[in-house]
Amino acid sequence: MKLQFTVSPDFAPESLAAWHIFNTYLQRQTGLGSHFETYESYQDLHAAIDNGEVDLIFANAYDSASLVRDKGYAPLASPEGQADEVVIAVAEGSPVLGVEELAPGITIASTADPDVQTIGMIMLEPANLDKSNTRINVRGSYPLVAKSLMRNEAAAGFFLAEAYERFSEVIKQQLRPLVRSYIQVINHCFLLSPNAIAHKDQLLDLLAAMHTQANGERVLQDLGYKAWHIPPQEEVEFTLDLMSTLVEE
Amino acid sequence: MRDMQAQDVVPGCEQWIQPLYAEEPRRLYVSEEEVPYPDGRLIVSSTDLEGIITFCNDSFVQMSGYSEEELMGQPHSILRHPDIPRVAFVDLWQTVQAGKRWQGYVKNLRKDGRFYWVYATVVPNKRGGVIKGYTSVRRKPSRSKVAEAEALYKKLLAEQAP
Repeated sequence: MKLQFTVSPDFAPESLAAWHIFNTYLQRQTGLGSHFETYESYQDLHAAIDNGEVDLIFANAYDSASLVRDKGYAPLASPEGQADEVVIAVAEGSPVLGVEELAPGITIASTADPDVQTIGMIMLEPANLDKSNTRINVRGSYPLVAKSLMRNEAAAGFFLAEAYERFSEVIKQQLRPLVRSYIQVINHCFLLSPNAIAHKDQLLDLLAAMHTQANGERVLQDLGYKAWHIPPQEEVEFTLDLMSTLVEE
Repeated sequence: MRDMQAQDVVPGCEQWIQPLYAEEPRRLYVSEEEVPYPDGRLIVSSTDLEGIITFCNDSFVQMSGYSEEELMGQPHSILRHPDIPRVAFVDLWQTVQAGKRWQGYVKNLRKDGRFYWVYATVVPNKRGGVIKGYTSVRRKPSRSKVAEAEALYKKLLAEQAP
């Protein structure tokens, strides 16, 4: 069987090379003819999932919730000791000093990443802001979100904290963070489709041991991770329950 | 549930006796001082079917003023503030026991007698279609929504039978 593998479209194009290397590692270690496919948008990804074209995915928490509970995907592993956090920032020269000073009617620059948008909007609730009284200007990458702020095209921007921290000092000097989330439990996760469930044990063994092998450790380092954490079923269920409290019904 | 202790609370607290369902009344110490909800944090806890705390995160520990050891195994009502009417908790329990999500504004009482407001979401933890417990996630509320909730709870408390 050929395993169709993809990652959430929130990964920046420059990080996809490391995922290609991960796929090669996967092929060599498992003997599975895995094929790495990338999708430019969530719309494309969700269409591929609906067509049964995604066997293995490194998904964000927002997608994980529906993939596990509605489509029967099995959670495998998530990065150890890491979590997806969000920064809300403004342009350095903005008069806004705190989230609660942001007013209804503002434009917010963000990528299409639903995790980041969900957490970002939650952090705007103290300012009485929600989707009904703000406008989200979706940009293709975090540098473009930053550019929107510098050009005063948006009053505030949502950033994956990891992406914000990777900005050069030159960019950071032109931005000012208002708030950073500290949620600790939202993370990307490998999920396996029901069609590929026969490979679950093989993939779990591979991921669990990856950091103990020299070549596996190098692949992990390129991805920016130390090791994979294999969560017990109850931990997965708990994370999904937690996500359900954050997503609007 | 253990009474609040005079040596744990900030100066100027008022004493209350709180009637509790299926338990002895509890002595409370209540201050007028609010502790601001920290930006960007989520307070997370889980309980069993009887509302006994089975998990709490760092933010819960920090904001409640209790240690994790003091919280685990205690009823979630350890945080119950006398300004929240019984009817609000009845609504919460009826909603989650019916398998639905409950959301609302809640004033919580800290170990030191001070309080903090949260916007709470409580969901049932369904495993194999059966409710095994509840998870509650609290986030920073808007001040105008807190003001609305305060006014509503005052009215409901005035209507509440003693």
